[in-house]
Amino acid sequence: MATFPEYIAQNEERDGVRFSWNVWPSSRLEATRMVVPVAALFTPLRERPDLPPIQYEPVLCSRATCRAVLNPLCQVDYRAKLWACNFCYQRNQFPPSYAGISEVNQPAELLPQFSTIEYVVQRGPQMPLVFLYVVDTCMEDEDLQALKESLQMSLSLLPPTALVGLITFGRMVQVHELGCEGISKSYVFRGTKDLNAKQLQEMLGLTKPSATQARGPQTAPQPLSNRFLQPVQKIDMNLTDLLGELQRDPWPVTQGKRPLRSLGVAMSIAVGLLECTFPNTGARIMTFIGGPATQGPGMVVGDELKIPIRSWHDLEKDNAKFMKKATKHYESLANRASTNGHIIDIYACALDQTGLLEMKCCANYTGGYMVMADSFNTSLFKQTFQRVFTKEVQGSFKMAFAATLEVKTSREIKVSGAIGPCVSLSAKGPCVSENEIGTGGTCQWKICGLDPTTTLALYFEVVNQHNAPIPQGGRGAIQFVTQYQHSSGQRRIRVTTTARNWADAQTQIQSIAASFDQEAAAILMARLAVYRAETEEGPDVLRWLDRQLIRLFMFHLRRSPFLQVFNNSPDESSYYRHQFNRQDLTQALIMIQPVLYAYSFNGPPEPVLLDSSSILPDRILLMDTFFQILIYHGETVAQWRKAGYQEMPEYENFRHLLQAPVDDAQELLHTRFPMPRYIDTEHGGSQARFLLSKVNPSQTHNNMYAWGQESGAPILTDDVSLQVFMDHLKKLAVSSAA
Amino acid sequence: MNVNQPTPMASPYGQPQPGYGQPGYAPLDGGYPAPYAPYNGPASAYQPGAPPQGYSPFTSFPSKAVAANPVSDLSSPLDLGPARGPPVSGAPPVSAPQPYNQYSHSRGDMQNGPPLMTQAPPRPAVPQSYNQGAVNLSGGHPSYSQHYGPPPSMQQVTNQMTGMQITSGPPTPAGPGYAPPHSSQPPASTAYSAAPPPSYTQAPPPASSAPTQPPPPSGPAASQQYYGGPPPPSQQPFNSSLPPTSQQQFTSSAPPPPASQQTFPPASQQTFPPASQQTFPPASQQTFPPSSYSGPVPPPSQAPAPPVSQPQQPFPPAQPPFSSAPPPVSQPAFVSGPPPPAQGSFPPRAPPPSSQPGSFPPPTSISSGQYPGPMPPHQQPPPSQPPPYLSGPPPSGVQMPPTSMAQSNHLPPGPQGPPGPPGPLQQPQSQPGMQGGYPPQQNGAFGQVRGPQPGYAGPYPGQPNYGAPAPAPAPAPPAQKRLDPDAIPSPIQVIEDDKAKSNEPFTTGVRGQAPPLVTTNFQVKDQGNASPRFIRCTAYNMPCTADMAKQSQVPLAAVIKPLATLPPDESPPYLVDHGESGPIRCNRCKAYMCPYMQFIEGGRRFQCGFCSCVTEVPPHYFQHLDHTGKRVDCYDRPELSLGSYEFLATVDYCKNNKLPQPPAFIFLIDVSYNAVKSGMVNIVCQELKTLLDYLPRENPEMDSVVRVGFVTYNKVLHFYNVKSSLAQPQMLVVSDVSDMFVPLLDGFLVNVNESRLVIESLLDQIPEMFADTRETETVFGPVIQAGLEALKAADCAGKLFVFHTSLPIAEAPGKLKNREDKKLIGTDKEKSLFQPQVGFYNTLAKECVAQGCCVDLFLFPNQYVDVATLGVVPVSTGGSVYKYTYFQAQADKERFLNDLRRDVQKLVGFDAVMRVRTSTGIRATDFFGSFFMSNTTDVELAGLDCDKAITVEFKHDDKLSEETGALMQCAVLYTSCSGQRRLRVHNMAVNCCSQLADLYRNCETDTIINFFSKYAFRGVLSNPTKAVRDTLVNQCAQILACYRKNCASPSSAGQLILPECMKLLPVYLNCVLKSDVLLPGADVSLDDRAYLRQLISCMDVSESHVFFYPRLLPLTKLESGSLPMAVRDSEERLSKGGVYLLETGLHLFLWVGANVQQELLLNIFGTPSFSQIEPSMTNLPVLDNPFSQRLREIIDSFRAQRSRYMKLMVVKQEDRTELIFRHFLVEDKSASGGASYVDFLCHMHKEIRQLLS
Repeated sequence: MATFPEYIAQNEERDGVRFSWNVWPSSRLEATRMVVPVAALFTPLRERPDLPPIQYEPVLCSRATCRAVLNPLCQVDYRAKLWACNFCYQRNQFPPSYAGISEVNQPAELLPQFSTIEYVVQRGPQMPLVFLYVVDTCMEDEDLQALKESLQMSLSLLPPTALVGLITFGRMVQVHELGCEGISKSYVFRGTKDLNAKQLQEMLGLTKPSATQARGPQTAPQPLSNRFLQPVQKIDMNLTDLLGELQRDPWPVTQGKRPLRSLGVAMSIAVGLLECTFPNTGARIMTFIGGPATQGPGMVVGDELKIPIRSWHDLEKDNAKFMKKATKHYESLANRASTNGHIIDIYACALDQTGLLEMKCCANYTGGYMVMADSFNTSLFKQTFQRVFTKEVQGSFKMAFAATLEVKTSREIKVSGAIGPCVSLSAKGPCVSENEIGTGGTCQWKICGLDPTTTLALYFEVVNQHNAPIPQGGRGAIQFVTQYQHSSGQRRIRVTTTARNWADAQTQIQSIAASFDQEAAAILMARLAVYRAETEEGPDVLRWLDRQLIRLFMFHLRRSPFLQVFNNSPDESSYYRHQFNRQDLTQALIMIQPVLYAYSFNGPPEPVLLDSSSILPDRILLMDTFFQILIYHGETVAQWRKAGYQEMPEYENFRHLLQAPVDDAQELLHTRFPMPRYIDTEHGGSQARFLLSKVNPSQTHNNMYAWGQESGAPILTDDVSLQVFMDHLKKLAVSSAA
Repeated sequence: MNVNQPTPMASPYGQPQPGYGQPGYAPLDGGYPAPYAPYNGPASAYQPGAPPQGYSPFTSFPSKAVAANPVSDLSSPLDLGPARGPPVSGAPPVSAPQPYNQYSHSRGDMQNGPPLMTQAPPRPAVPQSYNQGAVNLSGGHPSYSQHYGPPPSMQQVTNQMTGMQITSGPPTPAGPGYAPPHSSQPPASTAYSAAPPPSYTQAPPPASSAPTQPPPPSGPAASQQYYGGPPPPSQQPFNSSLPPTSQQQFTSSAPPPPASQQTFPPASQQTFPPASQQTFPPASQQTFPPSSYSGPVPPPSQAPAPPVSQPQQPFPPAQPPFSSAPPPVSQPAFVSGPPPPAQGSFPPRAPPPSSQPGSFPPPTSISSGQYPGPMPPHQQPPPSQPPPYLSGPPPSGVQMPPTSMAQSNHLPPGPQGPPGPPGPLQQPQSQPGMQGGYPPQQNGAFGQVRGPQPGYAGPYPGQPNYGAPAPAPAPAPPAQKRLDPDAIPSPIQVIEDDKAKSNEPFTTGVRGQAPPLVTTNFQVKDQGNASPRFIRCTAYNMPCTADMAKQSQVPLAAVIKPLATLPPDESPPYLVDHGESGPIRCNRCKAYMCPYMQFIEGGRRFQCGFCSCVTEVPPHYFQHLDHTGKRVDCYDRPELSLGSYEFLATVDYCKNNKLPQPPAFIFLIDVSYNAVKSGMVNIVCQELKTLLDYLPRENPEMDSVVRVGFVTYNKVLHFYNVKSSLAQPQMLVVSDVSDMFVPLLDGFLVNVNESRLVIESLLDQIPEMFADTRETETVFGPVIQAGLEALKAADCAGKLFVFHTSLPIAEAPGKLKNREDKKLIGTDKEKSLFQPQVGFYNTLAKECVAQGCCVDLFLFPNQYVDVATLGVVPVSTGGSVYKYTYFQAQADKERFLNDLRRDVQKLVGFDAVMRVRTSTGIRATDFFGSFFMSNTTDVELAGLDCDKAITVEFKHDDKLSEETGALMQCAVLYTSCSGQRRLRVHNMAVNCCSQLADLYRNCETDTIINFFSKYAFRGVLSNPTKAVRDTLVNQCAQILACYRKNCASPSSAGQLILPECMKLLPVYLNCVLKSDVLLPGADVSLDDRAYLRQLISCMDVSESHVFFYPRLLPLTKLESGSLPMAVRDSEERLSKGGVYLLETGLHLFLWVGANVQQELLLNIFGTPSFSQIEPSMTNLPVLDNPFSQRLREIIDSFRAQRSRYMKLMVVKQEDRTELIFRHFLVEDKSASGGASYVDFLCHMHKEIRQLLS
């Protein structure tokens, strides 16, 4: 047997699953003592180009409460054409189509290498993809122009059959009718009044069945599009023109006021429009906002400029008067959208906050993207947006829609909950634990938007009683069934079945300990911490974390923007947490503990400690925090660069040195979504603060002389350094036995 | 009567005679018909009636006599001749005699015979005649009943009655009495009969003859005058012509002059009357009484005498016949008669008769033939009555009456003394009889009956109303029956008289001077009071005290049309700028600087003419005074020397202390199925493309600053962005109608020139976009809200043009349900139909006013749309409602487009506030019109255009002084269409009087009617319409009774005496009472009533006048430069051989008689055949002949005069559409039960008598 790291890597590669423990303690009591729960990071749509789509439907266990999918772990009686469900032990007859089954003629789902397998559902109509643009017009002309161009560009990236719609908003909300000739037509709603789907349907005249269709046969049943959502191929030109003619919101903004921005209603209308036209069909609502909502439901700040938008300080003092109401509004929208399988993306580009704190659930519940940038006229936005439409080899988008994830477990283990961009479907079942962690109380979740990196944290509970030992060699199995709408319009079902050994903690503690996946555990615990930080209030989370686990990265986690709100606006915190909760393990690790590379004449690039001592004058540092890619030129290097040595042929090596980190950074930039902020700075530069805030302040203004001057740069902070932290911990660890 | 007579008299001596010669009518008709018809008709008709009879015998006389009978006579004479022959002869004679006698009696009674005569022969006469008439009427009722029964006698009676109306009662009794009276008076009577007629007819010609008769005439004449119209008019007219002497006599006292009078009676009266009045105020008073007298006097002149004489002799026959066929015949005769020549020469008349006879010979038959439609009824009725006598008789009787009246007048003098007593008695009796008899007659007798009783019965459910004591339907009544329509005051006569005397420009410098009538063309020179085009008052001599005002019941009101359009030869009000501090005003009452401010202390201060407060003159305004105490710069400053001018308002006068933005026009077009299908959408869009170049502007050289916006709607609203930078307009749909808002600001309201291409593109596309719409539901409230919100957003005032088709039943604020329930009509709940269905629109209107958002509504309904509710906002915001029921693109396009063009182009002010300040003692207490009031003094108008008038009622709160008079200042603060804030000030001063007579001498009936109609039309909102009608009748009765009691000389209660200024009050009032609002016919929809109700509320005097009393022009002969003289609105005036043009301000009819000459048809229609006339044409073919050209010119000029385009409707006699047309013949009994003029007059008289007793 391979080493655990190899095993873990193999499992991750094949199934997209990483467990915190790869050997499970066999009783509840023991499991509890392990502190870190049995949990898994699961990436449902992990890219598997090698996986052939199965063109038939899965065989299900006939027990109504089980309905597990036939998998390689099942025992099969080839002669009797029976198979035994490995979850409920129900014996099932193979369907007639499996008549030819035998040991040598096994269907794919029984082959061990197909522990993850994807079925393509043939039934049902192919649903078009729906993209609904919700565009803010209250922004500077430059920004608007950039946004318009991005949107026009995006049209060319959409499949011709995809339906698109356009809603613009400012003081009013306009739902544009597409494909009309001559006069362009739009329905206008006031931005202060929320409408439910039924009202909206009436006002938009979408009550087709009774009204329009009854009148004549000429309106052939065309349920797949309506006046507001039409196939790209049909209204490409029209929409391009329409976007081109978009004007900045014409309502005058008096001095000292913010423009009135009816974001809340606009989103509500978008959700309502899709709700009444394409329920349970994959759809993306792409919201582009240039500032905070300032009126109507969902407003997060008034239009008086003299009153700034809420800060953490205000939140702590309960001084944010719009927050609760706004949050409630967006939450209800998020719930409606997720119920119907619709995604809400938020692209917020403004220098100030835009209310992501309140709106975060829209993206979080629906699996939508949340992108934060300073302006639509930045490459950060432009490229990020472009990357949304990235396509895979076959030419379909790397995105999936309206997915549901179902988890089935062996009897000894139950699922406590999930943390990630999902909502509960409230499906009770035998495998649902009473103990909730994250979004629990269910064995099914809805993930409206998925991409290949979307990763959920799933927490389990071992329920086997101590006095009912599991026979030696027993395995606990977990099956993940993900049904989703592929971007080609097909419904697909991906089934991942995985199993781990049970071990008695008293006798086999070594093997359990060896099976510990510290990276996965770290992220799982971090997610839990972030979840608690989101849902609970106050600094208790930090304390809880301190009590739970002490690892190196926990030092960084404590300092990360996911838990630390100091120096971050509420919007930024929401943004960071959003990303953290959906990215896969690797990315999440980077987020917590940024990676630092050093480039110098002394040798090839090398990773260095994220420590202030790494900051040296003759080095170029490349830091990747996931959100930022930062190139830092040491003091000397910066001076050289300023002197222009790189221009001189005799210093070509210096030019190469300068170029190396840039190239590496580009590579990172190209693969990442969302696009990170790219920063090129130098010693003493204002942007250098991003670096300084991340490194371990082993040298501060307090102790800088103790370490000697030539090593590193002092950080002006009162934060404790890792050294102090560790010292403190050691003390605690020793004394805390009590 | 007088009026009529007067005019005739006045105009042409000969004519008068002819007129008198009415008898001649028959003949005259033949001869005069057309020309005289109008004038003479009436005048002549009066006495003519009688004459006719006489006529036959005495050609000359006939004319007069005829005149009296004429109306009816026309035919009658002839008829009489033949048909009557037998019956007539038999009955007629009797009747005739009786009538005469009665007349004489009645008059006598009325006038009290001699005394009256002496006092004021002239006027009394008139009144008397009225009285008599009334009396008769009263009697008439009974008589009617009887009539039926005892037609023969009845007829006689009726004749008498009619003649007299006054005579009425007397008839029967008179009959008997008469004989005696006659006998007693014989001389007189004879004189009259014989002499008078002759005198009349001859009068003009043979002065001598006249003289002889004079005495009697004087008496009669006077009475006649009364009849005619209160003496004044009649007198005036007369004066002009000859009368001076006679008038003088009259004025002074009829008696003396008598002789002379007789000679000149007609002329003299005419000439003098005016003089007398003017000259001697007192005289005028006297005149009035005298008038009654004068009336008498005139009568003689008129023909009384003649009639008498003739009548007596001829009467019997003549009258009967007349009655039967006469009326119609007579008229036709007239018309056909082209008699103009006839007029010139009496002879013609004589001939005519003969000729006519030929033509009409068979009166009845003829009549029927001629007026198949109308006549029949008459005839029939008559038949019933007549039967006894003859078919003819009744009618004749009716007609006769007039004549008899006239005669009676004449007679009275003589007989009066004796007859007098009997008269009264008789009258009563007769009345009862009348009542009884009436009902039937009404139906039956058109001409005759219709007048009095028929109408009554109809309109006044019951005679009961009349209360006509009438119980005694004694035979007497029958005799009384009807008044001769020609014997009662003729609107046409009054109008013509006024025209005749208004040659000079009207200068406003003299306080308390009544301006010419609205029907008269005159020029105004502003010399310190506002032009009558801006302000017209009901009384130019206000009573000093509240008691007087209350006693007289004359409403004190002014009709103000602040932005009235002036003719090109009058300069618009000057614009005065008093600099940054704004207009100079009185410190206390805030009145604006005006000619009534008295500068004192060397010009350092001024004393307010309204409140007497003394205010410092600001240094920059100081100016020295000259020796008379006037400022030296008095004539340099409009505000010190003119009645109307404008101030430039400062920022203090602006909303929010901010200078206003230029206004905006927003067009809101219904694009539901009905709207598209009817073609309305297409038409509007096409038209707007050009119309937008004609937005109102003050400087014609500049582009208009008015911005425009467009909205279409059905169940949802579509706004359009037409910003100039767009390649294509953008449509913004607002479907959230429950909570209306404006979806865009920039690009909605645009300058036409800048966005022309986009706008045109939009207007091209709108019809296409909705061509296939299937949406039938509409909203309305949100539409106005949308416009309002748009104006609010743009922070400007403006006007909404809403083009709407259907009841707004879509779910939205202001949603309505169909509540058309005809069962409620006539019940106490009827008023609810005039009230808005929901309160929403009232609230909305208030908001609109606050923003200066005026709403004009164009309705294109195919069914009930609830105008009462939809109209709330337009009415409250100073807007207009236009209604095109069953709109069809082809037929109604022209009318709609012309209305739209005018509505868009006309000058309009926005966000206006009007305040009327008055001198201490009176106060503006009530306002009528299209506006909104949030307090009791400020009239707020979101929009005020040049067609809107506001009627203001004043009440005393203290005493006024005769020295200072009563002052009023109407100040309107508004934003001009160029966005300038201005104040328009109109000043008006009227006299004050402590004598009621002064009040009655200086009233304007047209304005009073304007006030009454508005008052009544508002009243129906809160009272049952019946109560409203009764109130009107009561008030008028009180006005007239007060006059009778306080200003007229004592006379028999049986006499109806009308003040000269108000002699048309009854006829006009009757028109108001019969209007669709107060007395709807079965086919009048609730919407129409609500529409008219709202329409009237902002009409000025000129519009309301023609609305209630349409203009009816005979078109037989047209001359360039002048209009043919109008004829009275009665079917009797229509000739089968004629073509008539009728104009109401809203409708235009061309009535074509069945027997019209081919040549005329060719000239007008280009077709020789009556049957080939296409009744659906809305415009006359353009033919190259002078007649066609002139006719179209006339039609065009009519249309140009009115604020709404009148669609021409061609009505062929006996065609179905004639029913509609007949509705506007307001002197006739209406299909809905409205009383005929004659009937109403009788009713009025009865009311007055009741009040007096």
